[in-house]
Amino acid sequence: MNIGVVGAGAVGSAVAELAGEYGHTVTGLADSESSAVDPSGIDVAAALERKRNEGVVGDGDSGAVLSAAYDVLVEATPTTLGDAQPGFGHLETALARDRHVVLANKGPVAERYADLRALEAQSEGTARFEATVGGAIPVLGTIEDIGPDQITAVRGVLNGTANFILSRMAAEGLTYEQVLAEAQDLGVAESDPAFDVEGTDAALKCVIVANVLAGDREYTLADATVEGIRGLPANALELAGEDSRTIRLVGEVRDGEVRVAPRLVPENGAMAVSGTRNIVQFETTNAGPLFHSGRGAGGPETASAIFADISRLDD
Amino acid sequence: MSDADDVRAYTVRLELVDRPGELLRALEPIAGNGGNLLSIFHERGNVTPRGHIPVEIDLEATPGQFEAVVDALQQTDVNVIQAGQERYGEEFVVVLVGDLVGADLSGMLERFQADAGVSVRDFSVRGPDGGVSSARLRLAAESGTVPAALEQLRELATNRELRLVEPLTPGGGA
Repeated sequence: MNIGVVGAGAVGSAVAELAGEYGHTVTGLADSESSAVDPSGIDVAAALERKRNEGVVGDGDSGAVLSAAYDVLVEATPTTLGDAQPGFGHLETALARDRHVVLANKGPVAERYADLRALEAQSEGTARFEATVGGAIPVLGTIEDIGPDQITAVRGVLNGTANFILSRMAAEGLTYEQVLAEAQDLGVAESDPAFDVEGTDAALKCVIVANVLAGDREYTLADATVEGIRGLPANALELAGEDSRTIRLVGEVRDGEVRVAPRLVPENGAMAVSGTRNIVQFETTNAGPLFHSGRGAGGPETASAIFADISRLDD
Repeated sequence: MSDADDVRAYTVRLELVDRPGELLRALEPIAGNGGNLLSIFHERGNVTPRGHIPVEIDLEATPGQFEAVVDALQQTDVNVIQAGQERYGEEFVVVLVGDLVGADLSGMLERFQADAGVSVRDFSVRGPDGGVSSARLRLAAESGTVPAALEQLRELATNRELRLVEPLTPGGGA
């Protein structure tokens, strides 16, 4: 397929770099300032090299990719809340052109799911968004395969930064502040970690799951009950350990409710993943609990979920 | 099934007068009538509005033995608040975080146990570190009542500006 990529951060760059390996051609790549477009396929290596050296991917203006020749538009710009712009506008343009859209950007599916589905209904194109939840882990594809009606709950550790902090605090007896500083040094946490440690990122992912499970009701971030891990004392983790438990930031979608909070989980149980690893549990009617665990973030990891979506478009 | 085989678990709630030897006096009828003492929760730091100390006793006995135990307790002037077959089918663990002293944790738990029909089985506290303490509670509730008990505990914690870390699923399984 011909792919247009909007967003040239870790995910967008990885999609452009790996597209050839999956048998696709990148016909356009844009960052916020510039673009490179060629209907027969751009020189991805050159565009990314230029991005590193000059801060631009090409000579075109950023919006040129949207009107270029592509079968599927990959939307990998940073997640924004509220009106979810500019990501939402990008998908709107692609669907209006009867093209497919694959999202890595959580904003449009977490904040404007009904608008997205309405646009999709008017279009020959389809919108898919596996990469928005759990990085490389096939969360939405699993729900699709099992059937939303067969799933009674979805729970997960969906934020690698928060999980890194909690697992280091428990293992080393360090304070929240000490581990956060370490995580920032390692590049695991952003200099402004609020999105991760306050639970917003995990909540957006759960809201997306809730939208896919519900079908008849739209969820947004405002529908989620969210409590983060900021300021959790080391002594709370020590006490949890006395009962062979530990604390994880868990997102839960159950009985139509979306909730993110620090929760007690068995220390040696499946949910107590360590480091930046993610895990998702699906509670099913006929198959009991299912677990998927793996890398919940990263360029190539998230790109692999995008290629999974693109392959489903062929069906 | 003979009566001797029919050993069941029972819970007895007592209120003791605050004077030395009272607890021992309350326990004697249990052993004396063939009951097997499982656990005693003695809230030494807590007093009821009447100035008594609440005690919760778990024991095993046959129905006949249990009846004799309760009779004997009443004859020794021990105030039996509640006596019945074991009501607690599910255990769960929570952690409370915050200024536990300022929040009057023991008063809160007394109220919680009375209102929610929940029993505190085990309890430990750490801290304060930087002004923040944590308390771990192992609680027992009647089967099926854990969600309601958690809801109530959440409300009590919120009113006292405490953070409640709940189990992922009641019982702590995942």
